[in-house]
Amino acid sequence: MSESPPLSPIRLHKALERIWGTGPGWQRLSAVNHTVLGKRFMLTAFVFFAIGGVLAMLIRAQLASPHAAFVGPEIYNQLFSMHGTLMMFLFAIPMLEGLAIYLLPKMLGARDMAFPRLTAYGYWCYLFGGIIIVASMLFGVAPNSGWFMYTPLSSQPYTPGINADIWLLGVTFVEISALSAAIEITVSILKLRAPGMALGRMPLFAWYMLVTAMMMVFGFPPLILGSILLELERAFGLPFFDPTRGGDALLWQHLFWLFGHPEVYIIFLPAAGALSTIIPVFAQRRIVGYHAIIAAIVALAFLSFGLWVHHMFTVGIPHLALAFFSAASALVAIPTAVQIFAWLATLAHGRPRFEVPMLYVMGFFLVFVIGGLTGVMLAMVPFDQQAHDSYFVVAHLHYVLVGGFVFPMLAAAYYWLPHVTGRQSVHRISVPAFWLIFIGFNLTFFMMHLTGLMGMPRRVYTYPSNFGWDWLNLLSSVSGFILTMGFALFAMDIVLHFRFGRRFRRNLWRAPTLDWAMPTRPTSYAFASLPTVTGHAEEADPDTLGPQLAGGQGYLGFVRKNRLETLGVDMTTGRVEHVAILPSPTYLPFISGALTTGVVLAMLFKFYIIALLFALATFASFLFWSREKGEREDCGPIAIGKGETAPPDAEVSGPSAYWAMVIGLAANGTGFAALLFGALYLWLVAPAWPPPQIVGPSLWLWLVLPALGLASLASRWAQGTNASGRDPRLQLSVGMGLDIAALIVLSLALAALPDPTAHAHMATMAALLGYSWLHAALGLFCGLNALLRYRWGYVSARRPLPLRLNLMWHDFTLVTGLLGVALILAMPGLIGALEAAR
Amino acid sequence: MKRARILPPLALASASLSACAGPLSTLDPAGPSADAVANLWWVMFWASVLLFLLVGGLWALVWLRPGFGRSLAPMRWVVLGGLVMPGVLLTLLVGFALYIGERLLPHALADPPPRVSAHGIMWQWQFSYPDIAGAATTPTLHIPAGAPVDIVVTSGDVVHSFWVPRLAGKIDAIPGHRNVIRIQADRPGTYEGVCAEFCGDGHTTMRFRVEAHAPQDYRQAVLEAAP
Repeated sequence: MSESPPLSPIRLHKALERIWGTGPGWQRLSAVNHTVLGKRFMLTAFVFFAIGGVLAMLIRAQLASPHAAFVGPEIYNQLFSMHGTLMMFLFAIPMLEGLAIYLLPKMLGARDMAFPRLTAYGYWCYLFGGIIIVASMLFGVAPNSGWFMYTPLSSQPYTPGINADIWLLGVTFVEISALSAAIEITVSILKLRAPGMALGRMPLFAWYMLVTAMMMVFGFPPLILGSILLELERAFGLPFFDPTRGGDALLWQHLFWLFGHPEVYIIFLPAAGALSTIIPVFAQRRIVGYHAIIAAIVALAFLSFGLWVHHMFTVGIPHLALAFFSAASALVAIPTAVQIFAWLATLAHGRPRFEVPMLYVMGFFLVFVIGGLTGVMLAMVPFDQQAHDSYFVVAHLHYVLVGGFVFPMLAAAYYWLPHVTGRQSVHRISVPAFWLIFIGFNLTFFMMHLTGLMGMPRRVYTYPSNFGWDWLNLLSSVSGFILTMGFALFAMDIVLHFRFGRRFRRNLWRAPTLDWAMPTRPTSYAFASLPTVTGHAEEADPDTLGPQLAGGQGYLGFVRKNRLETLGVDMTTGRVEHVAILPSPTYLPFISGALTTGVVLAMLFKFYIIALLFALATFASFLFWSREKGEREDCGPIAIGKGETAPPDAEVSGPSAYWAMVIGLAANGTGFAALLFGALYLWLVAPAWPPPQIVGPSLWLWLVLPALGLASLASRWAQGTNASGRDPRLQLSVGMGLDIAALIVLSLALAALPDPTAHAHMATMAALLGYSWLHAALGLFCGLNALLRYRWGYVSARRPLPLRLNLMWHDFTLVTGLLGVALILAMPGLIGALEAAR
Repeated sequence: MKRARILPPLALASASLSACAGPLSTLDPAGPSADAVANLWWVMFWASVLLFLLVGGLWALVWLRPGFGRSLAPMRWVVLGGLVMPGVLLTLLVGFALYIGERLLPHALADPPPRVSAHGIMWQWQFSYPDIAGAATTPTLHIPAGAPVDIVVTSGDVVHSFWVPRLAGKIDAIPGHRNVIRIQADRPGTYEGVCAEFCGDGHTTMRFRVEAHAPQDYRQAVLEAAP
């Protein structure tokens, strides 16, 4: 295709805006644009932060004096459970997702994220899930077992109401949206960058987000699995955590903290990424130790998965085992110290200028260092056994999370708000707001170190006055209200900023990153044409680059066939690889999100048939996603500007969707590994073993593998047929028939199991078969999707992706099925061996 | 200017820390185990104060004396501050803490210490004395003073946690599991205990009392204790 003559910047802008922009009014529900959705995520997260803050004020009101009668334990337990849940799951994680979604394409020189409809779907899931969780408070049935939901307290006999179900279903709903965001962030960073931006030239913020997103990919599945198992126990009596029937409360703690500890770094790293972006700007110098920081955060990511047991130093694990986790927990201070000193060195070797964002960076420094120091203290086993579950821990976690996330986010807000609004603040309310927040925070939480050392356990709703805690608590409460006033002032400042901020032309802070090489407020398409990165992406020159790109002098500075185009690159080198064609605004994510909410609500009220119908409707709606997008003909390399060409994404071997499947399967595999771990953990550690009855091999169990194997073979056959240019529909149909056969065999194998509510052994075996059943069912969906896409004309020998994805899914199902069945067959031997050893 | 703002809270903290006695205070130890941990705390506290002043001071100098740090090459900052300093300090600290932790474990002794069972249920503790024939179950924990006692901690329903801060750290009571913690009160007297793990609506009131008796009176005291 030949290039049309270059348009003027204004006409180019109009042409791009027409196809990238989101319409007004109700059309806002169809938004899939990263700028729009990033802002929505952040605004929604801030609203949940405010609600969580109000809960904290109620908590402090109750604790201000001894014997307070403001609320009783029933309400108080909901208050602190909801405060933690809101701040962790509905504020921190979505806030960092929003920041990443808003910034990443702009920093990487792309026009959008890899899967804009998925971004929108994730947003709706988050919003609806959050509303369900918050609404539960209005009905007085909010979760009340604490934000880490320890069993058996959160199990049916001790929390019979709907409270715990709201947590398990609501949070899982939000977490699945977070997991999809993580997959999208990973793929977007790896594939959608400006040409020439090799991994080693990427801005540090993108590195931080890449590591964070990978941690989410491996950290969230254990929690999601744990929540599903606990909900299965609550709803259907499968005793995974019930110690009287072969389950174990400690399994929940392991699964929860296997997620819960990485979670802390998942929250901290994006904030640190913002700091690594902001500090060099105000130091007026490139960051010191670019490679050292990358090494540090990668090390941090690995270490963070090896120290979850430091939340469990008092559960009775042998001291020598604790020693390993204690050392690993202390070791984590090193990569953190590397970053702290890299930032200090950047300032020491730069020409620092002090502006409002740096005030908040200072707040981060002082608060976070204290949190880090108390963290090292808590990593020491004997000290932790005193301080654990006391207010010392409450103090520590607030120092780490507020220091490590809230202060950096405030700095980021003041740094990027001009980018969002195109205005700069004229009032300096930000300064008194800072001092109120900083002083209020320290007075509130520093006191809690002492309260904890003086023996106050966390989660008590009141206390007598003879323990010496009165003045400490009163001071904490009063200061808590100072802190709140600071946040109110911050919120007011933001409103004033929107209303009265003064416009500026370009690159307010003289930043050297690509996010400022565009008009601010940003246009929907971000870059009118895409930049080429020849040096380091943190040494860009937005002031000259911006006008050039707006004038269409970069790549893709035109509109073709009304398509939304951006460039896909080779992961490591950043060489141009393909033209990624992105979807236009559509209501489908909203519809799918609403249907998914139907699934969650129906399960919450135990209408399982209706839940199943909603689930089928949700998947049907996904088929419409599939129908909307694709290329109906092979077209070969197309022009991308500057006289170069690249093939469209459907015609390359590694487009974004392929990598999303790879990473999605890695997450899924992690969940499966957690299930295997659970089955073996219960066998090895749980009380009330051996089980009264042992699952033996049934005929149907033996047939599971041939069924899954043949389904996988049929998928391979279909792919081969298509690759040689022939119609693969017969083979796909055969594959779907085999999927159905596998479903029947798996159902019969499940029916042949002894009663799964009788003992955790039977329950885990049922869960393994259930996992395969679910994957065979989804395999059927993959096959149907491939079949329909072929029929719609989106598939050819050169555009084989749906068939490849179908094959990957079936291979994964086969491998996990193999492992699951192998474990079931090995269990009788394992149980016998352990009994013999005992 | 910034340090001036930081120092008062620290001074306040250390002043109040030395005066924080209280019936549940870990800093007012009444037995060897709590004493060892309190010592560990003071070592870590003063080390942390120094480290905080170091980092805070560097931050202040960066702003107040621009260019002061240029004599040290950029990567030197990272290597010295980020690797060498924490590497040395953490190795020492982890070693010291492990040594303390190892000493506090309920190792087998030539003269096995008496055992008391602490059973947590929603929301009270039941203490029983398998070593003493005819002893009833009591809501107050009776121990002999001046010698170690092993507490066998179990739960009848949800997770609780046994904690007498002036005597030792805590250990969880987990249904289906059996944990042992060694405590010792140096002198006869009354000590306060709490449930440290959130266990539902009655968590707040799941407190108990420990009475340490002179060794010669112990047996009699247990037999006479009100159930």
